[in-house]
Order: sequence, then structure tokens, then C-alpha cells
Amino acid sequence: MAVVEVRELSKRFDGVAAVDGIDLASADGEFLVLLGPSGCGKTTLLRMIGGLEPPTSGDVLIGGRVVTALPPRARQIAMVFQSYALYPHMTVYNNIAFPLKAAGLPKSEQARRVDWAAGILGIDAYLDRKPRQLSGGQRQRVALARALVREPTVFLLDEPLSNLDAQRRASARDELQGFQRRVGTTTIYVTHDQVEAMGMGDRIAVMEQGRIRQVGTPHEIYDDPADTFVATFLGSPPMNLIPDVASGELLGFRPEHFIPWQPEMGDDWVRFPYHVHRTEYLGAERLLYGQVGEAKAVARFPANSAIDTEIGSTTEFAVRRNDLKRFHLETGLRLDRNGRRP
Amino acid sequence: MSAGARVDAATLPGTRQGRYWLDRESVLGPVLLLPAVIYIVALVGIPLVLAVLYSLSDVTIGDQSIDFVGLKNFRDVINNSTFRTALQNTFVFTIVSQAVVLVLANILALVLSADFKGKRLVRFLVLLPWTTPIALGVLGWLWTLDSVYSPIDYVMRQVGLLGVGSPLGPDWFGTNSLWLAYPDRARLSVLIVHVWRTLPLATVILLAGLTAIPQDVKDAANVDGAGFFRQLFAIRIPLLVPIMMVAVLYGIVFTFTDLIVVFILTRGGPFDSTQVLATWAYFKGIEGGSLGQGAAIALFLFPVLVGVAALMLRIAKRAETV
Repeated sequence: MAVVEVRELSKRFDGVAAVDGIDLASADGEFLVLLGPSGCGKTTLLRMIGGLEPPTSGDVLIGGRVVTALPPRARQIAMVFQSYALYPHMTVYNNIAFPLKAAGLPKSEQARRVDWAAGILGIDAYLDRKPRQLSGGQRQRVALARALVREPTVFLLDEPLSNLDAQRRASARDELQGFQRRVGTTTIYVTHDQVEAMGMGDRIAVMEQGRIRQVGTPHEIYDDPADTFVATFLGSPPMNLIPDVASGELLGFRPEHFIPWQPEMGDDWVRFPYHVHRTEYLGAERLLYGQVGEAKAVARFPANSAIDTEIGSTTEFAVRRNDLKRFHLETGLRLDRNGRRP
Repeated sequence: MSAGARVDAATLPGTRQGRYWLDRESVLGPVLLLPAVIYIVALVGIPLVLAVLYSLSDVTIGDQSIDFVGLKNFRDVINNSTFRTALQNTFVFTIVSQAVVLVLANILALVLSADFKGKRLVRFLVLLPWTTPIALGVLGWLWTLDSVYSPIDYVMRQVGLLGVGSPLGPDWFGTNSLWLAYPDRARLSVLIVHVWRTLPLATVILLAGLTAIPQDVKDAANVDGAGFFRQLFAIRIPLLVPIMMVAVLYGIVFTFTDLIVVFILTRGGPFDSTQVLATWAYFKGIEGGSLGQGAAIALFLFPVLVGVAALMLRIAKRAETV
């Protein structure tokens, strides 16, 4: 187990910054998620931590040791790739044993460790098969076993669930997090899927254009976004942003906090005239699409709630004052975070 | 389809039943295949049948009537000591040159898959021998191996490998190597030219195979702690084996059936020591006028080529099913 840290880390491809001076440190044994849209530099950052990509500038530290100049095999890391990257010509057993062979372990010790890892991941039955004879979920577990077998100090996972179908992904999320909790190894997990990030991460680092916009627990990221990018990247549908002419700011609020105004609500609530265009019934919930002034806004309710809004009508909706976030109109930065910086 | 619909279709302007006959696969397929079939029958099928007929007859250039003599041509050929030399040479040239090509092509492909300045130029230069017409390339080699003006000899003289006191032994004490005058040196020369000629294609094929290995797999091997040689022998080469087979089979066909290298370099000499089946068939059948014997010699190439073709088809089939 170890702390992973990057300092002022940058990577430029032909002058374009893929990763732009990032400072980030994990806690020991933490499940840290790098979240961002495609092309935001999260995979490049992970590959630099793994030693697969030399940084243009800056340093990578693992367990307090600068490893920037070390090759991947000297870093005591294990990586799981999006494609799983199993060796197609080897059996499952030999795939898992490969890092042990490379480390020069005796045959008996190799066998013991492969059995142990295969047992943890429940793939004992497939050890003689080739990767092409396995399903996506089984391949993913073989890739995890291969990562686990040499007891690395850090796991680097690059979108390991993106090749699974939606149903399988939910259970794989559960398995993966349980597995990480059991082995307690520091894990850096790259994904563009906010559900994965929110559901599994101890902390999430939200990235955009090679920079980190915010690092925090899922709660902090969702409820207390540092800027409009984070506010709109997380949440589905995203946070509503309404320009406030009086203050020259952007007011942000989550669709689930936007409900019809009632006379007994009192001063604690801020009222908005809401013009509803359309409603969507999604089984568990219901969405209203409409406008506040010129700005689009969405409201979300449990499907069984007795909200009665006529399409095409304008009614008073309200948001609790505590649930309103204020952002700078041009920079998009939060104005009311009590001095906390991202 | 209802009768009404058919009437409607027929009344559409410009629609006639006959216009779309080429759209039918049962028509289009044979039409597209026909040129290839004609080509193969005319240039492969008919000559092959003729060769079998000739080999069983006493046909010569002077008397082209086909009178069957059974297996007499084959018996005569086998009893000729030159046949054994030619057969042995054909196999030795093919096997040794392809073994060397396999090793060199692997090294070259690895080098060319790395990033370095001037890579495109080096790739171009490596490919050149393959793009040169074989006859021209071999003529170049004929001059390079010239008994008097050979630049190889010049270099060897400069570094002291040729001339009195050569460390290679008394055989190299002369002022020239006379590459094509001694049987061993002549055979070595033919081998070198074969390697030179088939190496580029094998390299390009292996290079394509190398780039087809997913970057993730190479990265995984890196992270898993494999050094260069473990990655090479445990990951890259095993993954390249199918494509190596393709390269080697091409090389075998080119080398096994080759006539030009020996024909231009040595004309089978000295004393028939570099004769191969293809050249000997030519000298016997065309220059010697004994078409029947020439055909019989050439037919000895057939079983090996059938085997190679069968292997190729198997590889192609396996590639299709993956």
C-alpha cells in the first residue's frame, strides 16, 4: 500500500497540453476516481503514473519515492486496461502467472499465488481456457487476477467496466469495490461515467482540458461544485443555471430541488416563474422541461408524487435558499463557497 | 407479391425486367469470376496438363509428336547425378535462405517498428530489393561478385581478409575471391542473393504483424514486469507466428521455383554444382531440346508447391474464422 502523488505534472503532445500542471495526492488505501469527458487527459495522467507515458515536466511519487524516471516494472504497480489486454495466446493460468514468471518466482510459489488470486475472483474453473473462450465479465476478472497476483502497492484501472453490458456493469461495480475494500490497495480509477465515479470513489477528481476542476468526496462534488463545469458534468439531468440580472451572477440548483411554490413555504424559499414545455415519464421519476425567463430548466420528481402541472402554463416554482449556488457569470467559478478553493 | 403490385412495377417508367439481371448474385458472381478462371485455365491449367503429357512422352523440340513412353523420362532423370545435385540445391537454398530471412526479418521489423529519425528512408531502402525487377537485381549482383572488379573483394583486400596471409586460410590467398568459380562460394553467393531478394517482403509482412499487436498488450507486458527479451520471446514472437508462416510460405514459393538467380549468376555452374530443378529443367528441356525430360524435372517441384498451397489455404481459413 502506498500514497500516489503527482506534482506539477504536465504532458504535451505536439505542443498541445493533454495534462496541464496537475497536483494531486491520494490517501493510503484510497479509491480515487479520475472523472472527466473523453479527451480531458485522465487516461494520460494514469499512464504517466504507471510509467507508460513519459511526462513533459513534473514528478510522480509512489510511496514517497520519486519514480518519474523509472520504467513501469520498477514501480510496483498493476494496471487493468479498458480492453483487459490479456495475452491472447496464453491460457488464463499463464496470463495470471506472467507477472510472477517475470519476477522470477519459483514454480510452486507461482501456482500457489495464481490459485489464491483465482479463488478471490472466482475464476478457478477457467484456468485452462484461452481468453477468447471467456465472456467479457470473465476476462475482466482474469485481468484483475493478473493485477492482484503480485500484490502491487497501487492499482491503476483504466475504464475497466466500459466493455460490459449495463446489467453486468452494475454487479461488476459492486464486486470491484468490495474487492478493493478487501485488499485495501490504493486504487486510481479512470472513468467518464459519473455513476461509477459517484458509486465507487472515496474521492473524485473531476478533470477537464488537462486540469483538475475539483477534488472531493462524491457528496462534496455533487452538492458543493466548485464551478459550472463540475455542476453540469455531474447529475443527470445536470444542474440548472439561471442568469440573475439583478446581481449579474448565475444561480444554480439541482432539478430535484425545484418544486412548485406553496404559500406556506415562507422566506426560506426563492420563487421563479416556470414555463413548462414538456414532461417525461421515466418509470421511477418524472421530468418537467421548461424555461425560467430565457434559460432552460428541468424539474425532477418521484413518479408517484402528486404534482399537477399543465403543459404550456407558467406557474410559480421555488428553490430552498440553501440549495441555490452562485457562480460567476463569465468564469463559471463558485462565489459562495466560503473561501474554499478547488 | 400480389398480381396488382407486379402490374404497378411494370408500368413504372423506365422499368424493364431485363435491366436488373446483373443485380442477381447468381449472375453477377460468375460474370466477375470469369476473367480469373479464363486466366488460370489458359496460363496455369493448360501448361500443367501439357507438362504432364510431355513428361510421359518422347517429345523433343525437333519432333513434337507425342508418343507415350511411360515413366522413362522420370527414370532417366532420377538416374542422372545432376538431378540429385539440383534437387539437393533446391531444398538447401530454400530452407537455409528462409531460415536466415526469418531471423533477419524479425530483427529488421523490430528495428523498423521503433521510432527514430530517418525511419521512412530506411524503410524505403529496405523495400528497394523487392521492387527491383529480379533480373536487374541479379545482374547487379553479377557485377558485385565479378571475378576481377568485385567491390566485395576490394573491401576484403582493404581489411586484410583477402590476399597472402588471409586469416580465412590458404583458399583466400589470391587477389580475388572468384565468388562464382568455386562450388562452395557459388552456392553461398546464390544463397545470399536469395536472402537479399526475399528479405524485404518478409520484413514488411512481419512489420504489419507487429503493428497489429495491440498497444494495450505491450503496455500490460511492460507493467507486468517483462523486460525486452521476455516481451520478445513470450509475447511478440508467439503472437507473430501465424503471420511469420505467411511470410515464410511466400519465401518458399519464390525461392523454390526461382530460375533467374541461378540462371544469371552461374548458369548452374561451376560443373552443375549450383544447378536447381528450375534451371536444370530449362537447360534440359529448352536449351537441350528434350522437352519430355524438362517437363519431368519440373514436375518434381509440384508436390512441394501443392503442400505449401494447402498450408496457405489453411492459414487463410483460420484467419477467416477468428
